[in-house]
Amino acid sequence: MNFKHKYFFLFPGLFVLIGILIFPIIFVVRLSLSGWNSYNPGLDYIGLENYVRLFTDDPRFWESFFRLSFLSVTTVILQYVIGFALAHMVWKDIKFKRFFRVLFLVPMMTTPVIMTVIWRTFFHESLGPVNDLLSIFGVAPKWLTDPVIAKFTVIIVEVWQWTPFMFLLLLAGLLSLPKEPFLAAAIDGASPVRKFIYVTFPLMAPISIGAIIIRLIEASKIMDTVYVLTSGGPGTSTETSSFYIFIKGLREFQMGYAASMSFTYLIIMIISLTIIAKVLTKILLKE
Amino acid sequence: MKTCLTAIISSLMIFSPMAYADKWSDQFPHIKATGDIPGDCSYEKMSKKNYKGKTLKINTHAIPVMGEPTALHAEQFEKLTGAKVEVTHTPAGDLYSKAMVPFQAGQAPYDIVFGFSNFINDWKRYLAPVPKKYMNSPEMKDVTKSHMGVSSWDGTMYQYPVDGDRHYLKYRKDVIDNPEMQKKYKADTGKDLKVPTTWKEYGEMAKYFNGWDWDGDGEKEYGSAEVMKKDDLMFAAFFSRSVAYAKNPRTPGGFFFDLETMKPNINNPGFVEALTDWVEATKYVPPGGTNFGLGDEIGSFGGGQTLFSFSWDDAFIAAMQDDSPIKNKVGAAPLPGANKVWNRVSNSWENQYNQAPYIVWGWAVGVAKKSKVKNMAFDYLCFFSNGANHQADLAIGRFGVNPFKNSDFDPNIYINSMGWDPEIANSYTKTLLDMEKSNNRVFPLRVPGVFEFTSAVATGTSKALAGQLSPQEALDEVAKEWEAIVSRVGKKAVQKAYSVGVKMEDNKL
Repeated sequence: MNFKHKYFFLFPGLFVLIGILIFPIIFVVRLSLSGWNSYNPGLDYIGLENYVRLFTDDPRFWESFFRLSFLSVTTVILQYVIGFALAHMVWKDIKFKRFFRVLFLVPMMTTPVIMTVIWRTFFHESLGPVNDLLSIFGVAPKWLTDPVIAKFTVIIVEVWQWTPFMFLLLLAGLLSLPKEPFLAAAIDGASPVRKFIYVTFPLMAPISIGAIIIRLIEASKIMDTVYVLTSGGPGTSTETSSFYIFIKGLREFQMGYAASMSFTYLIIMIISLTIIAKVLTKILLKE
Repeated sequence: MKTCLTAIISSLMIFSPMAYADKWSDQFPHIKATGDIPGDCSYEKMSKKNYKGKTLKINTHAIPVMGEPTALHAEQFEKLTGAKVEVTHTPAGDLYSKAMVPFQAGQAPYDIVFGFSNFINDWKRYLAPVPKKYMNSPEMKDVTKSHMGVSSWDGTMYQYPVDGDRHYLKYRKDVIDNPEMQKKYKADTGKDLKVPTTWKEYGEMAKYFNGWDWDGDGEKEYGSAEVMKKDDLMFAAFFSRSVAYAKNPRTPGGFFFDLETMKPNINNPGFVEALTDWVEATKYVPPGGTNFGLGDEIGSFGGGQTLFSFSWDDAFIAAMQDDSPIKNKVGAAPLPGANKVWNRVSNSWENQYNQAPYIVWGWAVGVAKKSKVKNMAFDYLCFFSNGANHQADLAIGRFGVNPFKNSDFDPNIYINSMGWDPEIANSYTKTLLDMEKSNNRVFPLRVPGVFEFTSAVATGTSKALAGQLSPQEALDEVAKEWEAIVSRVGKKAVQKAYSVGVKMEDNKL
């Protein structure tokens, strides 16, 4: 076989790569250099005007980015802690282990938008059951209308929805751990806590890093929960980057400007997630 | 002669107190109250059309508001004409983009697109004008002047009228007109309990009736239900509160902008006063009321939770439906006014009473210019709003179909077909009719990139409601954003488009 023929077999994969990955990114970059909007549709060329506007005259984008950072880091930490605890629980030989394993996955299998509508009903401050129950204790938190509490409401819904994903990854990791270190620890008479700190947790570090990064990537795209639950309000207190980009792009139809925000956001995410992965590797793997 | 005969037959059918039985109402129970009403797009006429083998694609709002009647009339249209009608339901916030994306790409995945009347400037180049055949129909001649204006641009109609919208005040008549409550209110506040004519009175009464069980149903009631949820039509609620302070009949030339300079008026003291009132209103809405969208507002007032509400008809109609706990216990009145109005020319307050109706934008629908089944599409829309369907739709609050025909202002329709108390029906139709007659109306902003302007208002006002900014700071931010938008879109383009709306407001069109 001619050596060059083997490149022929690369073409299908290459076409797919160009079609679904390279072209959209190139198009977004080109779109970001245009003034495409509702009254001026088309790829005209306006240079870096959109980027200048973004960096010099749009504090709302940066506020939404920092809010997103807070929400995604908080939700992922909580998901990791709860997911690890649940995975650790059903990793052991407990009664109804299979039932719990399936039960813990249920939230992830539901449709996020539908579930958020249900959560919104739960948290409805005058008609919802949550405040109805809490009124027994004389409290009625403003779940959706207080700028601070609304952030935690978003976190609660996100944690409920996506902890199972973390649970799944960590359970798979726990099930794949070698048995020998645990046997050695048992022979040495290590307590369950010491066994967790010195054996389980270090062995789970590589999987933990992967799971955290995957969830951080997903959490940083948080959109549907915010859209349904609060529409970014009250005020702009739960507005995240993706929701803000959605408003500018698909509500206000500032396509060119939204593209410049998307591209900037992509670059920031690539850089920050790379740094986070390095830091986590350094801390957890002690490399 | 034919028109005369049609009108007589229609009147007889409309005003008949009994359910009307004919062959069409037997098949289509939706129109059982009137039966088929003769007209160019009646059930009888549509049944003679043959659209077998043709498909009509419609993008409409989510169920129920406008989405439910669209689907219902689509099903009826299919049965009558043999056409296949595919209906897609889309959330309100995405109606604009769902049509705009393919429009701008030169495609027409939908033959009919539902949206709001203020989209007209952005959409008109992609929509087919309503053909003369329909323009000359008796049904179209019956549409009010205001709504002909709202559906048209510079004399050409692009949006087929299916709905008429305006904001007005709704109140609990059983409380406001109750002598015992009046006595109690007088004793506690020293003021008269009456239908509020100013926003200050509205606020005082709403605050007084907030958080206690004033109708004896064992539940707490509240002052007011309003659309305050960010990006969910809240800007329209803000404009409703602003017109009293900022629409001065003695300073023509623009409510939203000064038409000559295109400087935004949005942060002048009139608007700031309205926003200050609105921030105060967060204290007398039900728990969670600052996150109420239109659906919540309808449910809240329609379900008897609040004393007042103001916005579209839907909450009032919901309250007057047979299944409502407060049927015939509510009243309609013009939006409250103010005892002072800002004069933007002299830069001072005029201490005199002012009231201005807000002919708010509402549901609108157009046929895509690139549609291959335009005739069928217009027939569908004509059928949607034919006499029988329109009468039946008006009676169902969740449908979101409100009066837009002159004949809709006859109180007998509501008394005979819907069982309304005559006094309420009279106050309702008088309220709507008076708005049509007013010379101090405000029409929706209809300029290129309208969504950028309204989105800026929603963001700014929601920041004020959430306490992130003071009313003045919030509106200064909106004004700055509006100036930036005008500069991006082009001052001349916005000015030209805005001048059409100003002509309507200044009663020159």
